[in-house]
Amino acid sequence: MGNEDRPLLAVRHLMKRFGKGCATCRNPQNLPSGSSHCPHCGSVLACNDISFDLYEGEILGIVGESGSGKSSLVQSLYFDSPVTSGSATIATYNKGPRNIFLESAQQKRYIRNHLMGMVYQNPWIGLKMNFSSGGNIAEKLIAAGDFNVRAIRSRAADLLDHVEIPITRMDEAPAHFSGGMQQRVQISKALANKPPILLLDEVTTGLDLSVQARVLDLIRRIQRENRTAMLVVSHDLGVIRMLCDRTLVMKQGRCIEAGLTDQILEDPQHTYTQLLVHSLL
Amino acid sequence: MAMHTPLKQTYNYAFLDEGSKKEIRRATLKAVAIPGYQVPFASREMPIGRGWGTGGLQLTLSLIGDGDTLKVIDQGNDDSVNAVSIKKLVQACTNVAVTTDAEQATLIQSRHRIPEVPIRADQILVFQVPIPEPLRFVEPKEKKSKHLHAEMDYSGIWLRLYEDIVKWGKISIGADYPALAHKRYIFAPSPIPRYDLPKLHQAEGLFLFGAGREKKIYAIPPYTDVEPLAFDDYPFEVEHFEGCSCRLCGSTDSFLDELYDEAAGQTFYQCSDTGYCRKCRERGAQHGK
Repeated sequence: MGNEDRPLLAVRHLMKRFGKGCATCRNPQNLPSGSSHCPHCGSVLACNDISFDLYEGEILGIVGESGSGKSSLVQSLYFDSPVTSGSATIATYNKGPRNIFLESAQQKRYIRNHLMGMVYQNPWIGLKMNFSSGGNIAEKLIAAGDFNVRAIRSRAADLLDHVEIPITRMDEAPAHFSGGMQQRVQISKALANKPPILLLDEVTTGLDLSVQARVLDLIRRIQRENRTAMLVVSHDLGVIRMLCDRTLVMKQGRCIEAGLTDQILEDPQHTYTQLLVHSLL
Repeated sequence: MAMHTPLKQTYNYAFLDEGSKKEIRRATLKAVAIPGYQVPFASREMPIGRGWGTGGLQLTLSLIGDGDTLKVIDQGNDDSVNAVSIKKLVQACTNVAVTTDAEQATLIQSRHRIPEVPIRADQILVFQVPIPEPLRFVEPKEKKSKHLHAEMDYSGIWLRLYEDIVKWGKISIGADYPALAHKRYIFAPSPIPRYDLPKLHQAEGLFLFGAGREKKIYAIPPYTDVEPLAFDDYPFEVEHFEGCSCRLCGSTDSFLDELYDEAAGQTFYQCSDTGYCRKCRERGAQHGK
């Protein structure tokens, strides 16, 4: 089997439960269909048996209404919150077979700093707003072991230039920036150590249309130039249509449909996907 | 009716009860075993207020015994109120001798200075520490800063140094300059001047740090690497005093305090380490003047 056929990121049976869980909801089949809520203990299964593959250079879309578990999924992958069960492997990490959820905290930090980049919907989570933009990028570079101020600054300048932030504003805090600029600083921070995987959580939500278009252009360019694999979470089918080769549709924690983006948008199979697509039109 | 005799108050040797001393020494041993790691301990109530050197005092009292000679320094000074009070307390409940000569002391408790004469293998220097956590200013939560230490995730404090360079062109931390102990834990050397920090590196003596209010003990054992945090192109620098000399002993190679005489409108310099200054003067007097 060639390298091309091997997924860069393979997620299997990922479960994320909020709440204690009980005998009933430990077996997700017992949950009433169309609900992620356990009627016995009140726990919520935000991600219910999610499996997917992400290949090098591919953009995979995850679409669904709010509360469907999209953000819980990417946050679990970025180790922001621990998963309940399931596995994920990265082909370039330790030659592949290790479940990254079971790694030590130090190793998880290594993965976060070297193999993954994350862009949050809210830049206030992803950025240190009162530190300079250059400093935000420096934090990632320092975490990867770069201790030369001149080298850090030239790399930060390159990255900011790449996302069209004027270098004259490099030493300014992102708190003073517009929403679109903050989002672009966040992207440049996520790209600082050239991670092979980028997680984008609703990056264009709340931005006006022209700014949205520039951020989307940027994402496309990054994918083209670096062959970065990306997971794009959005409730906006327009964004998904523009960016993604393949798409996963989530509803109430479950993956209800997966396939080529065109196919899903043109010929939705599941009633919920049909509803979603028709709402767009 | 029984005779009413005034109660004679007696304390255990060195004030603390033996159980407490043992607990403090146990924490100290752990601290010595893991250079720079902050070991929690049950800080006792002391007859001086927290924040006035209770951490250092507890270390001193847990270690002191007959045959020891104690020196107490406050910002280099042997005669300041704090140093004198601590010395009096220790003398009141032990029978150790006190000295102002750093070379004669076996145990030195210090606030914010390291004596000019290097500490020997048979000496222990105890520091009083106000804030033992070097990450406190970048991470206010204790639980999180413990995680950062455990995972050796120090990018936050490095980022602070980077921002300093961006803003001021240099690192603006004066005293209490963070350093890496034996390539593992970043520690706060207590507010000693940068000038004193290299004295901890690969030193002969044992350095103990006690924070009474924050209930932490940590240590730099002999022959430990102590590297001040610095970027490759912005190296660590100590304070220097070119062209200045002590007005009392004439010394040019010691840490000098700047003093201002308002009446005369004059600035002059004086050794911060008073014990060292006195010895220099005595030596000068002997060698004929």
